[in-house]
Amino acid sequence: MSKKEEFFGYKSKAFEALRKAEAEIGDMIRITRNGEVYEGILIPRSEYSDEKHIALKLKSGYNVGVHITSSTKIEKTGKGAKPTFTLPPLPEQNPELPKVTIISTGGTIASRVDYRTGAVRPALTASDLYSVVPELANIARVDTQILFSLFSENITPKHWTEIAKAVAKQISQSIDGVVIAHGTDTMGYTAAALSFALQNLPIPVILVGSQRSADRPSSDAATNLVGAVTAAAKAPFAEVTVAMHETPSDASIIFHKGTKVRKCHTSRRDAFKSVNASPIARIQDRKMIMLTDDYTKRNPANKLILKPEFNDKVALIKFYPSINPTMIDWYAQKGYKGLIFEGTGLGHVGNCFHEPIRNAIKQNVLIAMTSQCIWGRVNMNVYDSGRDLQALGVIPLEDMLPETAVVKLMWIFGQTENLEKAKTLMKENIVGELSPRTLPEKTGTE
Amino acid sequence: MDMDYEKIGLKVGLEIHQQLNTSEKLFCGCKPELFKEEPEITFLRRLRPTQSELGQIDRAAYFEFQKGVKILYEANKTTSCLVEMDEEPPHSLNIEAVEIALTVAMMVKAKTVSEIHVMRKTVIDGSNTTGFQRTCVIALDGGIKVGEKSIPIQHIGLEEDAARKMGEEDNIIRYRIDRLGIPLIEAATAPVIRSPEEAQQVALAIGGIFRATGKVIRGLGTIRQDVNISIPKGALIEIKGVQELELISLVVEYEVQRQLNLIKISEELRKLGAKEEEIIEEFFDVTDIFKQTKGKVIQKALEQNQQVLAVKLPKFKGFLKRELMPNFRLGTEMADRARFWGKVGGIFHTDELPAYGITTEEVEKLRTAVNAEEQDAIIFVADNLENARDALKAVAKRAREAIRGVPEETRAPNSDGTTRYMRPRPGAARMYPETDIPPTQITEDYIKKISSNLPEFLEQKLQRLMSEYELNQKLAKQVLDSEYGELFEVIAKEISVSPTTVAAFLTETLKALKREGIQIEKVSENQIREIFKHVSIGELTKEAISDVVVWLSKHEDKSLQEAIEGTGLRLLSEEELKKIIDDAIKNSKDLIEKSGAKTFGPLMGMVMKEARGKADPNTVSALIKKKLEQLERKLGQRFN
Repeated sequence: MSKKEEFFGYKSKAFEALRKAEAEIGDMIRITRNGEVYEGILIPRSEYSDEKHIALKLKSGYNVGVHITSSTKIEKTGKGAKPTFTLPPLPEQNPELPKVTIISTGGTIASRVDYRTGAVRPALTASDLYSVVPELANIARVDTQILFSLFSENITPKHWTEIAKAVAKQISQSIDGVVIAHGTDTMGYTAAALSFALQNLPIPVILVGSQRSADRPSSDAATNLVGAVTAAAKAPFAEVTVAMHETPSDASIIFHKGTKVRKCHTSRRDAFKSVNASPIARIQDRKMIMLTDDYTKRNPANKLILKPEFNDKVALIKFYPSINPTMIDWYAQKGYKGLIFEGTGLGHVGNCFHEPIRNAIKQNVLIAMTSQCIWGRVNMNVYDSGRDLQALGVIPLEDMLPETAVVKLMWIFGQTENLEKAKTLMKENIVGELSPRTLPEKTGTE
Repeated sequence: MDMDYEKIGLKVGLEIHQQLNTSEKLFCGCKPELFKEEPEITFLRRLRPTQSELGQIDRAAYFEFQKGVKILYEANKTTSCLVEMDEEPPHSLNIEAVEIALTVAMMVKAKTVSEIHVMRKTVIDGSNTTGFQRTCVIALDGGIKVGEKSIPIQHIGLEEDAARKMGEEDNIIRYRIDRLGIPLIEAATAPVIRSPEEAQQVALAIGGIFRATGKVIRGLGTIRQDVNISIPKGALIEIKGVQELELISLVVEYEVQRQLNLIKISEELRKLGAKEEEIIEEFFDVTDIFKQTKGKVIQKALEQNQQVLAVKLPKFKGFLKRELMPNFRLGTEMADRARFWGKVGGIFHTDELPAYGITTEEVEKLRTAVNAEEQDAIIFVADNLENARDALKAVAKRAREAIRGVPEETRAPNSDGTTRYMRPRPGAARMYPETDIPPTQITEDYIKKISSNLPEFLEQKLQRLMSEYELNQKLAKQVLDSEYGELFEVIAKEISVSPTTVAAFLTETLKALKREGIQIEKVSENQIREIFKHVSIGELTKEAISDVVVWLSKHEDKSLQEAIEGTGLRLLSEEELKKIIDDAIKNSKDLIEKSGAKTFGPLMGMVMKEARGKADPNTVSALIKKKLEQLERKLGQRFN
C-alpha cells in the first residue's frame, strides 16, 4: 500500500496531523479538541471533502467528522485489524450444467462491504461470485474474466474491440453463453457495438448491469445477474442482448435486442427500454418466455463472424433551436467521416444547416438523420425541410436509434473506407437495427 | 410483585424516537403523511443480505432470504416518490430536521459533531426498501436531570422512519412506504436507569424536551421507545418500538420477571441434570399416531398431506407450562420461535396435553414413539416437512438456551406490556456510510445562531404557565407533561374560556377518557381547537365537550358539526329553552304557589335534566330567575 492510499482522501492539514500520529486507515485513534475527546477508527474520506475534518467511526458504529485545528491532538491508540475474510471453498460444480463465462468491464455486479472502514469491494472472481450469489451454482458452471474496471462513461470504441475479441475467444472455447458485466450509462452503445462486431453468433451474449449499487440489500445486481446467467446458459436465442429489470419489481428480467435498446431513465431499475421493437424475452418465476419470433436461434454450428474494428471519426449532433451550424464545418475540417443528426420530429434541422451540410458532403462526409423523438420513424418526404435535406444528400435512417446509428457508422468506417459502400451499408439492415414496420408498442416507462 | 430492583441489579437504557413535524421527509420532498386509501402503486421486492468483508452475514436475514420471503410495497403519489421506492438516490439531508435535532442537542447540553455523516444501518426485514435505515449522529455526550439524578444522553441522532407493516400472507410481507423517510429524532440514554418507574420518568422527561421544540408530530405511532434491559446472570434484551409511554414501566417490570423466572428455570433444569448436548435434533415422524385424531389443527394439516414431527426435550416435563410473565409460559416462548423460524401456526407440548381434542392415548403413543422417559417433555408440530423441521430446530435451540439461562434477543411489545420474540439481536457489523449523501458541516456560527434561539426550558415554562394562565401548580405540571401542552397554549390564547377549564380537560378529562378505553388519539388537535372555539362563542357548552370528543373518537373523518348533531348536543335556542322552562313551571304549579321563590332550586334541576350539555347553566338560571320574577309580579300578593 502506498503512502498516498494510506491517507486516502486526507490532504494538507489533516494529512499532516495523521502522518505525525502515524495513523493509517483502520487504526484506532483518539482526537482531543477543546477538551472534547473523540475515539474511533480512522476511516477514508472522499477525495473532494475539505482538509479540515477527520472522519472517525465511533464504537457505536456511527461515523462523524471532527473538525481539527492547530491545537487538536491526535494519537494513535491501536493498530487496525485487517479483514481476514477467506472465501468459502467453491461449491462442487455440476458437470451437467452449461458453461458460462462472465466478463467484467466495470460496474460492480456483486460486492461485499467492509463495515470497519465502509469500503465496498467488488466480488469479481468466480468463487467470490458464488459466495455472494450462491444461486449461480445451480444454473451454470461459471468462469470469470476481468477485462477492465471502468465506469462505463470511460468506455470507448477501443474497448468495444477488446470486448468483442474476448467474447470471440470464449466462443472458440465452446462455451454455452457469455455474460458481460457493464456499467449502465453506456451499456446500450456497447450492446449495439457488439451486435455489429459479433455476427452469426452461435450462443447468446448478454450484457448486464445494475441501477442500485451491489452493496445494498435491495440491489438489482444479483437478480439481473442470475437472469443473465440463466439466459446465457439456456436461452434459445443467439443474440447480443441487455438483461435488466422489466419493472420496479424484482419479479421479472427482460432481454432487449442490442441494437434496439436505450437507457431511458437516470435511476430506475427498469431504465432500459426496447425502442421501436419488442423485447426478445422475459424471465419470470425462473422460466423464460420468448416475446418475439424474430430472433437468431442458438446453434453451436454457427460460425462466428468477428468484425471488431471501429473508427471513431464519427459524431452525433443533436439539433436544437439556435444551434450554431458552423460546427459542421469544424467536423469536416477535422477529418470526420460521418455525422449522425438527432433531428427534430420526422427528421429535420433548420435551414441554416443547408450550406454547411452541402459543403461537408462535398468533402465526402456521410451525413444521416435520426430523430430526437426516440420513438418512431423518420420520414423526410412529408415536409419541404425533409425533402430539401434529402436533396442535399442526407440519408434518412428509418427507425434506427441515434445511439445505434452513431455506433453503426463507426463500425462501418472500421470495415471500409469506401464512401459509397458505407452509404449502402448504412441503409441496409445488418443486425436488426432497422425494421420495415413500426408496431404500436408501448413507449416511455409506464 | 414487589421487587427491590436495586438489589436485583437492573440496568435500563432508553432510545426514544419521535417523528418531526417538518414540511418534507428526511431525504426527499414528499409530505411526511400517511394515507388510508387503497394504494396507487405496488411493487414486489426481495432483499438479499449483503456480505460483509468479514464474511459475516445477518443470520435471521439470510434465513428469510433463503425462505424466499418477498415484500410487496404499497405507495401513493402524495406520500412517496422514487426515493422511497429506492428507484432514485436520496436527496440531501433535510436541514429543517437537522436544525430541530441541533436544538434538542443543545437543550440537553450535548456536543454537536462538526460534520454529520449519514450511515446505512442494515435492516433486512423489508421495513426499508433499500435494506438499510439511513441514520446519523448529530451530537454526543449530553445529559438531563430527572428528579435529583443525572441521566447521561449518549447520543442525539436523526434517522428515517421505516415503512409500515400492513400484513403477511404466505411468503409475502406487505409494507406501506408512506411512513418511510419521515424524520425521526433519536435520544439514547446510558444504561443508568434502575427501576421501571424511573424508566417511565426518563422517557417522559425526554419526550418533554422533544415537545418543547414545538416541532414534533404527536399522536399514536409517532413516538417509539426502544428499551434495553439487563440484569446480572440474565441477558441484554432489546424491546423495540414501545409506542405508549404508560407501558414502559410495565414492560420493564415484566421483562425483569421473565428473566428472573428463566434464570430460576435454568438452575432447576441443571439441578435435574438436563444437558444441552442431550437435546438433539432428532425429529420423529409421528403422523400415524394422529391419523384418527379429533384435534382440529392436526386434522386440517393431515387433510393437506402435511406431517406431524416431534422432538423430545429430556428433563423438561413441567417446565414448559411455567409462567414467565402473565399469560406467557416457556412453551409460549418456544412457540414464538417456531413461528418465526418455521413459519408454522403454533406448536403442541405435552405439558398442556391432553387438550385441544388430543387424547391421553395419543399422548401415550407419542411418548412411546419418541422413547420419552417420565421426566421428558415432547413438542410437536403439524406442517409441511420443511417448516416443521425448521420449527423444531428452533424449539430445540431455545430449549438448549433455557438450560444456559436467558438468550440475548430483540423482542417486541404486546399491548398488555408483555413481550414476544422478534428476532435474534443483530450483530455489531451492520453500519456503513451512505455514500450518496455528502457529509453536512455544522459551523460554529450556525451553532451560535441556534443556541441563541432555544425554546424555553421546562422549569421556566412551568413558572410561565402558572403566571400567564393562572394555573395552579398541579395543573401547570400536568400541562407540561401532557402531549397536549402546546395545544393548551394555542387554545388558551385564542379563546375566552378559562385556561383552567381548558387545562383540566386536556389533562385530567382526556386521561380519564383514555382509561375508559376511548381512543382519544383519533380526535385531531384541530378538532379539539374547534370544540373550544364553539364553547367560547356559545355554540357548545363546557359540559358537552367530553361527549363530543367521545363521539368524534368513534367516528373518524366526521366533522365537529356532524358530532354536535350526532350527539344531539346542539345548543338550544332561547325559544326552545324558554319552552322547557315554561313546561317545568306548568308541571310545578302547585309547588310554586306553595313555596314561591324557593322553587328556584327544584326548577333548575328539572330544566337542567333536560338541557344538560345543550344550554349554559348560567343562561338557564338567569331565565328561570326572570320567569319567577315575572310570576312574582303577576301573583305578587300571594308570594308574600
